[in-house]
Amino acid sequence: MAFDDAYHALTDHDDDARWAYGTGFTDPLAGVPGDLPDGVDRTELAAYCLMLGDDALILSHRLQQWVTRSPELEDELALANIGLDLLGQARLLLTRAGVAEGWGRDEDDLAMRRDPSGFRNVCLAERADADFAHLVARLFALSTWRLALLDRLTASRDPMLAAIAAKGVKEVTYHRDYAAQWVVRLGDGTPLSHDRMLAAVETLTPQLAELFRSHPTEIGLASVGVAVDPATLEAEFTQVWTHVLQTATLLPPTASLGGGAAPSLACDPAAEVSGVPAGIEQERARPWGRDGEHTPALAEILDEMQGVARSVPGGVW
Amino acid sequence: MVTGTAAEVVGAVTDPELPMITLAELGVIREVRQGEGGVLVTITPTYSGCPAMESIRADIRTALRRAGFGRAEVRTVIAPPWTTDWISESGRRKLAEAGIAPPGAAPVRATGPIPISLSPRPTAVACPRCGHTDTETLAAFGATACRELRRCPACREPFEHMREI
Repeated sequence: MAFDDAYHALTDHDDDARWAYGTGFTDPLAGVPGDLPDGVDRTELAAYCLMLGDDALILSHRLQQWVTRSPELEDELALANIGLDLLGQARLLLTRAGVAEGWGRDEDDLAMRRDPSGFRNVCLAERADADFAHLVARLFALSTWRLALLDRLTASRDPMLAAIAAKGVKEVTYHRDYAAQWVVRLGDGTPLSHDRMLAAVETLTPQLAELFRSHPTEIGLASVGVAVDPATLEAEFTQVWTHVLQTATLLPPTASLGGGAAPSLACDPAAEVSGVPAGIEQERARPWGRDGEHTPALAEILDEMQGVARSVPGGVW
Repeated sequence: MVTGTAAEVVGAVTDPELPMITLAELGVIREVRQGEGGVLVTITPTYSGCPAMESIRADIRTALRRAGFGRAEVRTVIAPPWTTDWISESGRRKLAEAGIAPPGAAPVRATGPIPISLSPRPTAVACPRCGHTDTETLAAFGATACRELRRCPACREPFEHMREI
């Protein structure tokens, strides 16, 4: 079977299929070819798909928690739609991970039957939001990062990752615009909204370094043209981050990037000037989601997300 | 008894969320292949998380069965990704007649980083009721992933617009 046909097997062919846990969505693995690009370790590819899939799955769940709690109905629709896009990306990536690892696990197994230590999402995806300003700041950071990542991943040597990325780029472009527009609206709004937006950005900023820390799996797969090394995303991220925060009057306009390269989140001492953190060594001591080390927030998310699957193991309806 | 070709039957199935247009007009039918073993239909989702995909697959199989075709398989492909440019002229006309402003041309990607929009994209979208062109965005995400909510200052009516992707 050619790769062109691989996607069909990511979906079900059963008339009764619905897409929720336990509703029989277990066939998509049947017939998915185990084809891998030359020179790619299937365990490594599976681990990489889990990273990107878990980022989307966990952030999607956090966004779903905002539905019924947003400031306006339009924002509930927006957050639900963004969450739905991410859930779709997660399903494709988890299914691909299951196929690559070759143990017969499907998307339900991977989403619903793993402990926190088995998840590989960045910790930023799982963090709770104190208020709407925190949410839009976090969504802005994560979608800016994911968009830069997916954009590069469209050139992946793995045709399935490239296809998932090409579809995701169109979606995440809208996610980033939505979040950035809220950051500007609140930051450049009333004194109260400005202060709360600023507080959210100041809380978030020290948590960003994790996004650019390269895992050996990412480095290894990037070296064979399959993955993206997140360290290569930092300059683009910082450009967008700084531009939006300046427009939102959350950074002084003088903290521009004029002249040199973008300030580095990792090690540039000037980074603090533009609102991005120095002190990468401290950051590296924090929990690192890519290695399965998480904040307590992930366990809370999984308690909720996996509740039905745990209480009715193997349940089908 | 078989009525029509498989492509005609599949092409006439309407979209579950946009029932005024067919799946063919929406551009999600990529291929209909009729062979001795049955009919193979290839479709593509509009968005990664499109929740209508299961309904679409079921509707296609049901239509083929009712038209007398035997075995039917519906496959999904995600590459190349769906674009609103694939919506046909008749599909655009029917969307407008139903009060949904059809999409303009999909954005052409320049080289370099994807540009960010800090204000609603300045798309010229004509009001599907009165034709006024200077309409404004109310919300970038609407009732489904593919639609945004706009407002016409001339006739003062809100309306939906299918976003270009």
